Amino acid sequence: MTFSPDLEARFENLAKRYPAGYLRAALVPMLLYAQDEVGAVTDEVVAEIARRLKITPLQVNEVVSYYSMLRREPAGRHHIQVCTNISCLLRGGRHLWEHAQTRLGVGHKQRSADGQFSLEEVECIGACSWAPAVQVNYDFHHDMNAEKFDALVEKLKGDGK
Amino acid sequence: MYNEPHPLEVRVLTRRFGLPNSRSIDTYLTHEGYQAIHKALTQMTPEQVIEEVKSSGLRGRGGAGFPAGLKWSFVPRDSPKPKYIVVNADESEPGTCKDRLLIENDPHQLIEGVLIAARAVDAHAGYIYVRGEYRYLIDILDRAIEEAYARGYLGDNILGTGYKFHLYTHTGAGAYECGEESALLESLEGKRGIPRIRPPFPAVVGAFKCPTVLNNVETYCAAPWILLKGGHAYADLGTPKNGGTRLFCLSGHVNQPGVYELPMGFPLRRMIEEVGGGVPNGKKVKAVIPGGSSCPLLTADQIDVPMDFDSLQKIGSMLGSGGVVVMDEDTCMVQVALRIMRFYAHESCGWCIPCREGTTWLRQLLLRFHSGGGVATDIDLIGDLAQNMLGKTFCPLGDAAAMPTISIVKKFRQEFEDHLNGKPCPYEGRL
Repeated sequence: MTFSPDLEARFENLAKRYPAGYLRAALVPMLLYAQDEVGAVTDEVVAEIARRLKITPLQVNEVVSYYSMLRREPAGRHHIQVCTNISCLLRGGRHLWEHAQTRLGVGHKQRSADGQFSLEEVECIGACSWAPAVQVNYDFHHDMNAEKFDALVEKLKGDGK
Repeated sequence: MYNEPHPLEVRVLTRRFGLPNSRSIDTYLTHEGYQAIHKALTQMTPEQVIEEVKSSGLRGRGGAGFPAGLKWSFVPRDSPKPKYIVVNADESEPGTCKDRLLIENDPHQLIEGVLIAARAVDAHAGYIYVRGEYRYLIDILDRAIEEAYARGYLGDNILGTGYKFHLYTHTGAGAYECGEESALLESLEGKRGIPRIRPPFPAVVGAFKCPTVLNNVETYCAAPWILLKGGHAYADLGTPKNGGTRLFCLSGHVNQPGVYELPMGFPLRRMIEEVGGGVPNGKKVKAVIPGGSSCPLLTADQIDVPMDFDSLQKIGSMLGSGGVVVMDEDTCMVQVALRIMRFYAHESCGWCIPCREGTTWLRQLLLRFHSGGGVATDIDLIGDLAQNMLGKTFCPLGDAAAMPTISIVKKFRQEFEDHLNGKPCPYEGRL
C-alpha cells in the first residue's frame, strides 16, 4: 500500500523520533495521519502499518479499538462533532445536538446518504469557555447555536471539492 | 484569545498574547524570549535551576498540584540512562481549555520551559504529547520547533554551549485516560493508554523505561519567567505554598466566560462576579465545579474561597485543572451528575473492575433517575456505589468519577428526591 509523498515524508520523520527499539512508538500518530488521508483505518491500513512497524495486525487493532478518534468506517467529508459535555450542556449543547440530528437527518456516528456529512456527539473538546462548541474535521466553531449551525452547514455544502 | 482580557488579570504566562505575530520566534525574542534558557545554560548549574523552581512554589498545573521543582529533583542524576522531558498537552478534563491557548498564542514559551526542565535534569530529548483533537496545535508547534532549530535554540549545540536537545510533537487520538501520566507514557510508546502500576514513578522509570520529567503545558510555561525574575518574585504573586498565577477557564453560567490569568488564591466569588461578569439574567449561583469535572462540587455558600490548592482542599474539593464551571439556580443537578458520569463511563478504559462496572452502573442509575424511574433507595445506592470506587481503582479515573457524584448526592439530595416516583424533572427543558 502506498501513501501520498507528504504522508510518506511524515512517516519517515516519525520513525526517526523515538529511541532505538521503540519503532512502535510511531503507531498512534501513523494511524491518525493515515486515517486523515485514507478516510478510515481500513484492514489494508492496519496491515501496512503493522508491516512497517514490525508488529502484528492484532497489535495494531487492539490500539485502534482504544482511541475514540480512530475509525474503521469512513466518516462524511465533513465530520461534524457536537460537544455536549458539562460546559457545553450548560449553554445549550444538548439542544444544539438535537438540532444537528434533525438538520442533517442522521444520528450519532451516522453518515448522510451522499457522504457529505457525518455526525458525532463527542466528549469535551477543550472549548469550554466558548461553549457550545462544534468541531468539523479539525476546525473549531465556538459559541454555536442553531442558526449558526445551519449557516455552517450551508457553507460546508457550498465548499465544492 | 477568544475572549477579551480582564483588567483584574495578572498576565505572566499570557503577557505576549495579543502581540502581532505572537507565535513567531521574532516576537518571542523581542519580548524576553530565550533569555531564561541562556541564563540556565551559561550562569546556572542544574541544581540552581531546580532550587529556583522550588523557591517559586510552582505546583503542577495539570490537576494534582505536585511541586514542580521537587518532581524534577526526583530524577536520578547519576542514572546512566538517557532522560526525557514529556509535555502533557492532552488537555481533556471537562471544563479545561487553557493549554490550548498557551500553545496557540505563544508556542516558544513552552519550548523554552521544556529546555529549562531539560537543563535541570540533563535530558537531551523531549516529546510534546498533544491530544488528537488539537491537530492545529501540532502544526503550530512543528513550525515553532523548526524556527527554534533554525535559530540554534534546539539541536546539537544550543546557543553555542554544546548542550544538545531535540524536541518532537506526538499526537494522541482521542482518550481522556491518556492525560494520566502513566497512561500517556503507554500511549507515547504506541500502546493502549492503560495506566501503569506506580511506583516506580516516571521520574525513575518513565518514557522508554528511562527517567522522565512529565508536566502539564502550563507548568513548563511558567519556568522561563521564574528563571528570569526569580522564584521568590513568582511565589509572591500567589498565596503561601501556592506560587504564581493560574489560567482559570471560566465556563457555564457566567456573562463573560473565558480564560483569565489570575493570581493563585484569587477569591472564587470575585472570579464569578467581577471577572466573569456575574450570572446571566440576574440568577443566583447554585453550584460551582472549581477545577474540572472530577472535583467535588461547591455550593453557593462555599464560593468565598481563595482559589489555591490548599484552600480548596480544606473545604473538601480540589483546584484541579483550573476549569471553573458555574451553574445557576435553574440547573438540574441530577442531570449534571448524569452527564458527568456518562463521560467517565465512556472514558473508562475497562482495565479495572471497580471503575469499569462502577461508572457503567452509576450511569444507568442516574439515567433511570433522571427519566423519572428512580426509587428512594437509589439515592443512597448512587452514593454508596461511588463511595465504593474511591481509592479502589487502578488509576485516578475511578476517583474522578466518584468524587463529583458523591458531592452532588450529599449536597443536592433534595433534587434527587424531587425526581422520585415518576415525577418529571422540575427543570426539564432548561438544559
